[in-house]
Amino acid sequence: MSTEVVQDEQIEKMIVSSSPHMFANNSIQKIMWTVNLALLPAVIFAVYHFGMPALQTLIAGSLSAVIFEAITQKILKKKITVSDGSAFLCGLLLAMCLPPAVPLFVPIVGSFIAIVVAKHSMGGLGYNIFNPAHIGRAALMVSWPVLMTTWTAVTIIDTTTSATPLNIFKLQGYDALINTFGSQAELYRSLFFGLRNGCIGETSVILLVLGGLVLIYKRLIDWVVPVTMIATVGLLTWLFGPHGLMTGDPLFHMMAGGLIIGAFFMATDMVTTPITRKGKLIFAAGAGAITVLIRLVGGYPEGVCYSILLMNCVTPLIDRYVQPTLYGRK
Amino acid sequence: MLGKIKWGIHPDTHKSPTEGKAIESNELPRKVILPVRQHIGAPGEPMVKKGDMVKKGQLIAAGSAPVSSNVHATISGKVVDVSDKPHPGLGKCLAITIESDGLDEWEEGLPTERDWGKLESSEIIEIIKNAGIVGLGGATFPTYVKLNPPKNSPIDTLIINAAECEPFLTADHRIMLEYTERIVTGILIIKKVLAVDKVIVGIEDNKMDAVKALTTALAGQAVQVVAVPTRYPHGSEKMLIKTILNREVPSGKLPMSIGVVVQNVGTAVAVCDAVRNGIPLIERVVTVSGSAIKEPKNLNLRIGTTFADAVEQCGGYKFPPEKLIMGGPFMGVTQYTADVPIIKGANGILAFGKEEINDGPESPCIRCGQCVEACPCGLNPSMLSILGERSLVDEALNEYHLLDCMECGCCTYLCPSKRKIVHYIRYTKKLSAQKGGN
Repeated sequence: MSTEVVQDEQIEKMIVSSSPHMFANNSIQKIMWTVNLALLPAVIFAVYHFGMPALQTLIAGSLSAVIFEAITQKILKKKITVSDGSAFLCGLLLAMCLPPAVPLFVPIVGSFIAIVVAKHSMGGLGYNIFNPAHIGRAALMVSWPVLMTTWTAVTIIDTTTSATPLNIFKLQGYDALINTFGSQAELYRSLFFGLRNGCIGETSVILLVLGGLVLIYKRLIDWVVPVTMIATVGLLTWLFGPHGLMTGDPLFHMMAGGLIIGAFFMATDMVTTPITRKGKLIFAAGAGAITVLIRLVGGYPEGVCYSILLMNCVTPLIDRYVQPTLYGRK
Repeated sequence: MLGKIKWGIHPDTHKSPTEGKAIESNELPRKVILPVRQHIGAPGEPMVKKGDMVKKGQLIAAGSAPVSSNVHATISGKVVDVSDKPHPGLGKCLAITIESDGLDEWEEGLPTERDWGKLESSEIIEIIKNAGIVGLGGATFPTYVKLNPPKNSPIDTLIINAAECEPFLTADHRIMLEYTERIVTGILIIKKVLAVDKVIVGIEDNKMDAVKALTTALAGQAVQVVAVPTRYPHGSEKMLIKTILNREVPSGKLPMSIGVVVQNVGTAVAVCDAVRNGIPLIERVVTVSGSAIKEPKNLNLRIGTTFADAVEQCGGYKFPPEKLIMGGPFMGVTQYTADVPIIKGANGILAFGKEEINDGPESPCIRCGQCVEACPCGLNPSMLSILGERSLVDEALNEYHLLDCMECGCCTYLCPSKRKIVHYIRYTKKLSAQKGGN
């Protein structure tokens, strides 16, 4: 009798659970806020470069994303998880992919589409098929094409231009682009440091790569993805150059547009890209190839956003057929 | 020889509380509980009944099935109960409870010194079988079965597994330092039985003192001691074979099928005691550790000693434990009572407090891929957990190789969504077994 009682007390006291009983200090919150931090240098530079309108767009985008997520989860009677940083990241990335001086409703509508439509209608974090920030941007592109392609005038060297380098390349050709910047070296320097026109967060190659390297060091992204995607773009743009085969300018294409931010921060999105390294490689190469196709042949000057969305479509397929190498099944 | 290792994880080792402490020999327990099944295989048949007097080393449950094992009395005294008792690994199991008479008398004729060099292999295997020796690393596969491979599986290599990759556990580390001579003899006996030329001892490189001790003791014996990188789960025989020999055990097969036999270093001690000294398996070294234990120690305990008694010998609890575990933190089994016995495969008792229990609420998989990267079996744990959540047994079985999982726990340890991946996998395996049974 007495032993039975003792046992009952112990049953209540001790946790019985499936192994393992030890866990790494790892969480979604930690991952997402680290990515947000990795974007910070590029964000600060953007505000310095484009001024107050950029700051307003960034704040509107990230804040509205957080608010939309909280409201959606409240309505769906789910646990409110805005503190995990994923909604903030989504809104921030969306805003970074917008022209600096859009009216404030643009990032807010974009965040609504990203969070409510692309993320939560699919089931929330982990279940969305498409990169929510890019869905938001794509929706804005079709809804307000003029606003989304109107750039503030930025003074580069001694000419003031309100076109992005890729725009000049698309509409006037490569030689006109070199003329605008003065020389090829000057073009590269502007792209590398981000002293050019473009979306808020995409301009500074050096700061984005720096953030990306932190994520690679922290093992939050696989270096295979940015390296493959950027190299694919470089290779294909060099091959199919403006003056025939192998006359392209790979360095320009690798640093222009949204490729760097896309390759380091969007094509590496965990939820919407393949889970194995081999799969990631296929994804990145595909995204790079589609980017080049759009830039050189398609109607838009830039194709990073659509290329990643298109590859998001085939991610489940890649994951099904590209599985890790099993032990003991040689 | 050592290829580049891509699998696994580097958890904190937590070995410092016990790794520097000499093994303490056991106080005689007042009672022991001896389950008839402490091994993989059929349970032993009880040979005593309530009220019988038994001596230390006496056979009390005979394993007569092809894969089974004997159980011996580990103290002298009176059989007070033969009934179902809580078992640390099986829930409940028929067990023989012996109350000590305080004399600790040996069964007649025990121990006996033998000149093992003159014994035939078949005689040695018989002795090991009768002594009830099973794999002491935790898997508890009867040792005589491993030493008697079928004719169509020629064995070329014997690996002694001394990796001890589980955090907290230091029992194997201590025996390598303190029971070195018995280990050497045990290894040489096993080597003789298997008639192999190639013998390799694999030790994780966080135990260089043990590497040195064994290298010195084995000088001139044609036995190689290898320091393998410290990485969990290097103590899994599949991983150790891969690192040392660059061979992979085919899915669903035993290491024998690729010419390898792996024995735990503790098993070598038991083999030496049985073959050279005629002592059946009645004691083993157990690490008692965790934040809830007052003085973490390595204890040489009689098999059947209750967890409560073992904890008592370590000064008791600092505070009531949140979890009491048999084995290591990765593959150990939680207990609902401390009134369970040390069984042959119990290499550790861990009493965890709040500080060690840091799993949070589960959230959906964000497909970060860390589990895929770490999985030593090359599985997709993320997908297996999702399929398990939805009870999709066939897909898990046929497309995602459910049964290849050895439940090492790397995936669950890393998961940022705190998903209990191994639990989902166990659940799916159980569903699949039920389906197969119908």
